[in-house]
Amino acid sequence: MLLEVSELAVDLMAPGGLQRIVDRASFSLAEGESLGVVGESGSGKTMTALALMGLTPESARVAGSIRFEGRELVGLAEEAMRELRGDRIAMIFQEPMTALNPLHSVGAQVTEPLMLHRGLRKRDARQRAVELLEHVRLAEPERAARSYPFALSGGERQRAMIAMAIGCSPRLVIADEPTTALDVTVQARILALIDGLRAESKMAVLLVSHDLAVIAGHCDRVIVMYAGLIMESGPVEAVLREPKNPYTLALLEARPRPGAPRGERLRTIPGAPPATHQNQAGCPFAGRCALTVNACRTTPPPEVAFGANRVSRCHRAREVGFAR
Amino acid sequence: MNLAARFRRRGGASLWFGAALVAALIAAAALSLIWTPYPPAAIDVPHKLAPPSWAHWFGTDSLGRDVASQALAGSRISILVGVIAVGIGLVFGVVLGLMAAFARGLIEDAIMKLSDFVFAFPALLSAIMLTSTYGPGVVNAIIAIGVYNVPIIAKLTRATANGVLAREYALAARAAGRGPIAIAFDHVLPNIAPALIVQATIQFAIAILAEAALSYLGLGAQPPQASWGKMLADAQNVLYSAPWLALYPGVAIALSVLGLNLLGDGLRDALDPGLKARS
Amino acid sequence: MSEPPLLEVSSLVKTYRVAGVGPFSRKSARPALAGVSFSMWRGRSFGIVGESGSGKSTLARIALALDRPDSGAVRLEGRSLFDLRRRELRALRAHMQMVFQDPYGSLDPRQRIEKIVAEPLAALGGASRAERRARVQASLEAVGLKASDASKHPHEFSGGQRQRIAIARALITRPKLVVADEPVSALDVSVQAQALNLMSDLQIEAGVTFLLISHDLAVVAHICETTAVMYRGRIVEIGPTDALFAQPAHPYTRELIDATPRLDRPMRVAPPAPANGLEAPSKGCVYAPRCPFARARCRDEEPTLDAAFDGGRRVACHFPLT
Repeated sequence: MLLEVSELAVDLMAPGGLQRIVDRASFSLAEGESLGVVGESGSGKTMTALALMGLTPESARVAGSIRFEGRELVGLAEEAMRELRGDRIAMIFQEPMTALNPLHSVGAQVTEPLMLHRGLRKRDARQRAVELLEHVRLAEPERAARSYPFALSGGERQRAMIAMAIGCSPRLVIADEPTTALDVTVQARILALIDGLRAESKMAVLLVSHDLAVIAGHCDRVIVMYAGLIMESGPVEAVLREPKNPYTLALLEARPRPGAPRGERLRTIPGAPPATHQNQAGCPFAGRCALTVNACRTTPPPEVAFGANRVSRCHRAREVGFAR
Repeated sequence: MNLAARFRRRGGASLWFGAALVAALIAAAALSLIWTPYPPAAIDVPHKLAPPSWAHWFGTDSLGRDVASQALAGSRISILVGVIAVGIGLVFGVVLGLMAAFARGLIEDAIMKLSDFVFAFPALLSAIMLTSTYGPGVVNAIIAIGVYNVPIIAKLTRATANGVLAREYALAARAAGRGPIAIAFDHVLPNIAPALIVQATIQFAIAILAEAALSYLGLGAQPPQASWGKMLADAQNVLYSAPWLALYPGVAIALSVLGLNLLGDGLRDALDPGLKARS
Repeated sequence: MSEPPLLEVSSLVKTYRVAGVGPFSRKSARPALAGVSFSMWRGRSFGIVGESGSGKSTLARIALALDRPDSGAVRLEGRSLFDLRRRELRALRAHMQMVFQDPYGSLDPRQRIEKIVAEPLAALGGASRAERRARVQASLEAVGLKASDASKHPHEFSGGQRQRIAIARALITRPKLVVADEPVSALDVSVQAQALNLMSDLQIEAGVTFLLISHDLAVVAHICETTAVMYRGRIVEIGPTDALFAQPAHPYTRELIDATPRLDRPMRVAPPAPANGLEAPSKGCVYAPRCPFARARCRDEEPTLDAAFDGGRRVACHFPLT
C-alpha cells in the first residue's frame, strides 16, 4: 500500500476556538491507483490534500497517521518533508497562474525540482525540462520553456505545472481541482494526459474535485466528503450507480440530467453546505438530509460496510435506495 | 490566526493612542481660544529668558513672553493650516481624481500629467518661493501647502476609484441604468473613503510640519501670531542661554505629527479589515 | 413566429486592441465578435454556449448596451439601442437587466441589501420610499429570501443567497429580458440546483425570458429552448436545444458534448492536443485548425450560418455532421 491514511484530523485555530476541518479521515491508495476526493466548499477536501503534503497553514493542528511508503508523515520534520516534496510526492494546483511564479520562465520552474532533488546541473536540467514539456504535449517546447507564464494559455500553463510535478517521477501526484479553472475541452485533454502519464509510469493519483462526473471518468475509487467527514467511500462505479449515503445520492440528483425534460425540478438539498465547521454531536448533514431522524442529531453516524472496501457513514445506510 | 488577532489589537493601540494625542491637540487649541495663562503676545522684557517656574510653567522667551501660552496658541495655527490645506487637497483632489477615473482617455492623461508636473517641484521650496513672492502670512502658507495636497489626493482617488469601477457591482449599477454621478456618490466614494481618510491624516501631519518650517523661516505666521515654527526660530538664537525654549515647540510638533500618523495607521486597520470582522 | 422578436442582434462586430508586451511590439487586435446575429422571442429562453475566447461575455455586455460594438445593431422589441439618446436608453433599461457570475463581486459590500436590490428603481426614479420598500420586499420573497434580509449586508449571506439577491435586483423593475452571464458557475452543486429551479420558476411566474450564457451545457439545456454555440466570436450552430445536443451538426458542438464529463457514459477519449495557437486563421473556417474533419475547402472558404436539418437549425460548416 503506497499511502495509508488513518484517522487524519486537521483542526484550525480560529478566534472562536478550534475548528475541525478534517474529521478522522481514513483511506488508502495503492501504487498506480487513482482515488477521487469529491466534496463541495467546506468539505475539507483541499485541507486533506494539503495535509498529505505537509502544507497545512501555520495555525493548523494535524493529528492521526499518514503512512507513505511505510513512513509516517505526521509530525515529520520539515527538512525531511521537503525532501519528499517534488520528488516522491508532487502536487498540481487549481490556478496555474498563481501557482507558477510570474517572474520566472516556465523552463526555470520546471528545472527547479530536477536540480534540487536529482542534483542535475543546469544544462542537463534544462534539456530534461524541454523533454518534459514535450512529454506533456506542449507545442514548441523550447519556446514554451523560454516563455513566462503570462504568455501561455490556461491549458498550457497547467501542462507546464504537470511537467514540473512529474519531473522526478513521483510515486504520488495530488491534483487539487486541476481543471476547474479551464475550459471543458481543455479539461478533457488535461485529464486524458494525466491518465496517460499514470498508465505509463504507474504513479498514483489523488484527484480532488467538486465535479462527480470528472471523478467518474478518471478515478478507480472515490471518497465523498462533507463538512470534514468522509460520508462514503468505495469503487467509483459502485458508489455512483448505487450510492449508500444520502449525501452522495443528493449530489447525484442535484445535477440536471442530460436528456431530461426541460425545467424538470431538480431535487435540491435545502440549506447550504456549512460555512464554518460546527463541532456538533451528530451527523453534519442532519437537518439537510431527507432521511434525518433523531439519532442523526445526537450521535455521530457509524461506519457501515458494504463488502470489500465499500463504506458509508450513516445511521440509515441500508435504507438508501436508488434507481437510475 | 493568533497573529491576526494580535495585529488587530496592535492596530487598536495605534488608534487609541493616536486619537488621544490628536484630541489633546484639538483640546489645546480650543482651550487657547478662551484662556491662556498669559496673553501669548504680552512682552515683559524684565522677566525675559526665565526658566520654568510656578509663575511661568515653561519659562519665558527672549522678549519675556510666556512660552506655555505661546505653545497653546501655536496649536491653533497648526490646526488651522492643517484643516484648510487638507481641505483644499480633498475638495480639488477628489474632484480631479474622479474626473480622471470616469472620463479616462485624454482627460485622465491630462490630469495625471498635470499632477506629475506639480510633483516635479520640491514641495517645500515651492512653498518658500510662493510665500516669498506673494508675501509671508498664514493665508499664503495655507495655499502653498494646500496646492501640494491636490495631486496627491487626485492620484489616490483615481487609483482607488479605478479599482472600484473595475468591480462587478459598478458594472451592475451601470446595467441598472445609473449614471456616472450616481455611481460616484453611491458606490465609488463610500468605498474609497477609508483610503482617503487615512491619506488625509498623513497629509495633515505633513501640513503641520510644513507650516512649522515656513514659520521658522519667517514666511508663515507673522508676529504677533504665535506659531511653533516661529518659537523654534526664536529659541535657536538663545540656544546656549536658554536651551529649554527649543524643547517645547519641538515636542509639540513631534507629538502632533506622531499622533496623526498613529491615528492614520489605526484608522487604516480599523476601516478596512474591520469590514470583514464585523460579521 | 409572427410577433416581433424580444431581442434582435444583427451582425455585431467588436475588436479589442491588445497592447503588446515591451516597447517595440505591435499592438495586436483581437476580434471578440466577428459578425454575430440571432433573434430571441418572448417566453422562449435563449442559451449561448461557449468557452473562453468565444466572445460570449462581450456579447452579453453589448446586448445590454454596456459596451458599444464596432458595427452592428441590437434591437429590444424593435427599438435600436445604440440609436437612442441617453435618457431614452436609461428608461429602456427597466426592461432588460443582468445577473452576473460572481456573487461576491456583484454586490457592493458597503450597502445594505435594500439599497442594492432597489438600485434599478433608483435609476428609473419616480418611486416613493414606501413603494420602493414594498417592491424590494416582494422581490426578495419571490427569490425565496425573507423581507427582514433587506437590512443586512452582503457578507452576512452565502454565495447561493447572494446570487438570489442579484436575481432579486434584476427582477425589481419587472424586466422582460434578463441576461444571465454564468449565473451558477460559482456556486456549489447543491446550491446550483436551487438557483436553477428558481430560474425555471421565474420564467413562468414573473414572465421573464432569459438570455443565459454559460460554458455548462447541462445548465443551458435545463432552462433554454433555443441555444447558440459560439466559437471565437462567431455562432457556429444554432437551433432548438434538445435536438442540438442530441444530434450536433457542427464538429465543435460535438467536441464540446464529448468533452463534458457525464456520469452515465464513459468519456470519449479526446484527440491528441493540437498546437494551442492563439491566433485565428486569416481565412477559411475559424475552427479548421482544430477540426478533425477539416478539408481543403474549409481552409479556403469561411462557411456561413445556413439552414440544416429541419426545425430552425442552422450550422456554419461546409460538411455538417449528419
